[in-house]
Amino acid sequence: MDWDFIVEAMPALLAGLRYTVLATVMGYALALVLGLVVAMVRKGAPPTVAKTVFWIMEFIRCTPLLVQLFFVFYVLPSAGIALTPLTAGVIALGVHYAAYTAEVYRSGLDGVPKGQWEAARALSLPGVRTWTSVILPQAIRRVIPALGNYLIAMFKDTPLLFAITVPELLFEANRLGGENFKYLETISAVGVLFIVVSVLSAIGIRFLERRYAAV
Amino acid sequence: MPQSEQNIQDTIRPDASPDVPGPGDAVQQPLIRFEKVVKQYGDNVVLRELDFTVQPGQRVTLIGPSGSGKTTILRLLMTLEQIDGGVIWVNGDPLSHMYKGDHLVPANEKYQRAVRKKIGMVFQQFNLFPNMTVRRNITEAPIHSLGVPRGEADERAAELLDMVGLKERIDEHPTRLSGGQQQRVAIARALAMRPEILLLDEVTSALDPELVAGVLDVLREIARTTDITMLAVTHEMGFARDVSHRVLMFDHGRILEDGPPDQIFGEPREERTKSFLHAVLESG
Repeated sequence: MDWDFIVEAMPALLAGLRYTVLATVMGYALALVLGLVVAMVRKGAPPTVAKTVFWIMEFIRCTPLLVQLFFVFYVLPSAGIALTPLTAGVIALGVHYAAYTAEVYRSGLDGVPKGQWEAARALSLPGVRTWTSVILPQAIRRVIPALGNYLIAMFKDTPLLFAITVPELLFEANRLGGENFKYLETISAVGVLFIVVSVLSAIGIRFLERRYAAV
Repeated sequence: MPQSEQNIQDTIRPDASPDVPGPGDAVQQPLIRFEKVVKQYGDNVVLRELDFTVQPGQRVTLIGPSGSGKTTILRLLMTLEQIDGGVIWVNGDPLSHMYKGDHLVPANEKYQRAVRKKIGMVFQQFNLFPNMTVRRNITEAPIHSLGVPRGEADERAAELLDMVGLKERIDEHPTRLSGGQQQRVAIARALAMRPEILLLDEVTSALDPELVAGVLDVLREIARTTDITMLAVTHEMGFARDVSHRVLMFDHGRILEDGPPDQIFGEPREERTKSFLHAVLESG
């Protein structure tokens, strides 16, 4: 193991890690918002709309993320939608994981007792207010741990963005490894950096859980 | 329990007399009218062409075996369920339907939201919002549904909590209260909307026996100091006898007997009523 080389390569690896984290944070934010919208539509919209959304999400969950990345980055341009690699990656990650977070939110929504809806209705609370002040606060608290798991899962899926040329961590490691014939050092460093960020995220999620998850 | 009558002044009629209209006095327009109301769940017909009216200010107790349709009546009035036939009228306006031109079509959500503001409901399971303080449980709907200014809503919440004897618990979360206390908050929450009609759905059934009296006392006080129209489904026969003007005995989705409490409890005409009362009093 060439330790000096690892030190030398670190700035480039950290630049890659910046992309990795950036893609995770933006993709996760998209997955959180989109998943919530999907779950609410499935619960509150007319049956035909809810069913359509259900099948779209089912389709997304049943196709591989890598294929979706290729679709967004290589196929959409032929329809006139050309995206930068990072944007394409964030969209694919966000939409893919929204299919999962929507299920998490759904279980949270189903966990809110029917009596809460009825009480809100009996008090003539407007629909938006019923969601924002009664239902969602109760539903989301319940599912913070499950949502946190998907943050870490998505983080670990970001190396797939390599395939659409996002200069993320694995991309940089592979480049440096290839240029210097030092794959052992660079790929090991990728593993260690992933562990460090994952553990830090897990601690952060644990903190959020303790802070908010108790009803 | 502090009994401050001026705290519920807006629904108050200081000289509220117990001789509000009985079942026979159909002088005024009825506040509630069920007209051939049908409700069924699948093949199970819960209400079959039910007709009855309730006069303003009347306090009506609905009794009868479980599954006889009592709770369904309250849930239909609260528009928690939709009817399968007939029309429900409140204050001369259709509740289940709305006018399109001059004929009635099933009401949409927006219309029902407007009409049901006159109606409040207290549930068996309290259904307080656990994520809000007691204060916000009470002020949320007046502020966001009626547009009452926050300061005024807060003031009213404090008055109502004083009336139900929980003034000092205003900043706590409901989960920290006993069942009886939660139910008293739920009563305050319903009254905060200043409803004309208060629906009470087995409000003491989920409570430990020693907590029942506190809740019933609050309801007695409301009955004594206001002229709010009440429909109560209850197994508390003593309460029904003290508070109601009229008792309806239900069986199989029909009204079997309808009369003042003294008559229903004292000399029931129907065998079925007799055996039901016997069974209830035996177990209670």
